[in-house]
Amino acid sequence: MFAHNGIIIFFTLLIALMASIMPMPLNADAFRPDWVLIVLMYWCMALPGRVNIITAWVMGFLLDVLLGSVLGVHAAAMAISIYIIVENHQKIRNFSIWQQALITGVLAALYHLVVFWLQRFLIDVVFLTSYLYPVITTIVLWPWIFYLLRKVRRNFSIK
Amino acid sequence: MNPIFKHGPSPQHRLVLVLFCSALLIFFDHKMASFESVRGYLQSLVSPLQYLANTPKQLMIWTSTNLTTRQQLLIENQQYRLNELNFHEEAMQLDILKQENARLRSLLASPLRSEIKKMVAEVISVDSDPYSHQIVINRGAGDGVYEGQPVLDALGIVGQILHVGQTSSRVILISDISHAVPVRVQRNGLRLLASGSGQIDRLTHNFVPQSADIKAGDLLVTSGLGGKYPEGYPVAKVSFVSNDESREFVRVFSTPVAQIDRLRYLLLLSEKEPQQIFAPKTRKKVSLTNVKAQTKAAN
Repeated sequence: MFAHNGIIIFFTLLIALMASIMPMPLNADAFRPDWVLIVLMYWCMALPGRVNIITAWVMGFLLDVLLGSVLGVHAAAMAISIYIIVENHQKIRNFSIWQQALITGVLAALYHLVVFWLQRFLIDVVFLTSYLYPVITTIVLWPWIFYLLRKVRRNFSIK
Repeated sequence: MNPIFKHGPSPQHRLVLVLFCSALLIFFDHKMASFESVRGYLQSLVSPLQYLANTPKQLMIWTSTNLTTRQQLLIENQQYRLNELNFHEEAMQLDILKQENARLRSLLASPLRSEIKKMVAEVISVDSDPYSHQIVINRGAGDGVYEGQPVLDALGIVGQILHVGQTSSRVILISDISHAVPVRVQRNGLRLLASGSGQIDRLTHNFVPQSADIKAGDLLVTSGLGGKYPEGYPVAKVSFVSNDESREFVRVFSTPVAQIDRLRYLLLLSEKEPQQIFAPKTRKKVSLTNVKAQTKAAN
């Protein structure tokens, strides 16, 4: 993982993890984008040989520990969403940036719904539409993250 | 090197593998609760990340505390002086009352209440998972925090310790959907159970009979029945009582007294010797025998 500046991938994922637990005001907190998912999606699309489902599962597991949810819930949701990207990465690469953003939104919604279904199965949580607010911010964020990470990848010539 | 024909397992195999791992983890963590001690170690492992994620907030707090005007400081100082005067007066009264209470209790031959130890902690991160209400504080097993320890802020009960790490630990809030506190109405001693509703400003009370004397505005305090929370700390104020008599039970909602959405400094209470999960096992036995000896002496 660490050859060819692979450590940079590790750093971006670490920053994404930090951003997803950073304290924020309660109103903005409902709109917190899925940083880890979005960064994983980019790397899976760009370098499917380096970042794969196992990486996604480990990041989801770390999220589980950080968020204090039942271990394995976020890990499973993350692995399922990333699996779709890994299977179709050659197709999605050729889409325009806004089409990619829409796909990101669909996957983020899937991620949140899988987490919700598992939580619903384990503890009786009730569905609120506010659980899907992060999808909106994730869609808006995708182009920025895409160009930023592409710049990072080219700058450090990560292969 | 970027091979055209990939080696290693296919994505499908990987997905099946990790989903199987997830299912196992969920089963053992949720149904069997066999990860309690592992959680402690994991919590210690990720606490650097939490401290790092907290630095921007700390910086902002630092700048805002350092950029106050002289005038503001003077006003605050005066306020604190007034408060101190009030509290001093109350503390004097409290000393006398404590003595009197102890004397009366000894007359009644009921066991004396043990002194409660307190520890101040600071919130380092607030959980961003919408399905559970948890926070992380900057005290861990190294400071003597133990699982199930009651946590409160300046106004009332906030929650209890869920997982303990070496330098940080996780608090489950009273508004979490899987949490409940045994309470009583301060006015008349009516016992209730305050369960979290998953909403930050609402606790629900199930199975309150129609004949119960309860009304909006009643203060609910801990009853000390579960053995987790010491008796008499404020928990919530009743905000809504339905008067629909066709139902079997009254619907009662209350609002937590503690400012759960703006926590910063917390108090941890402890009555017993802390049981460290990172300490060697021999210590536990010693403390257990101590407790037995004490109960014998008390009998």
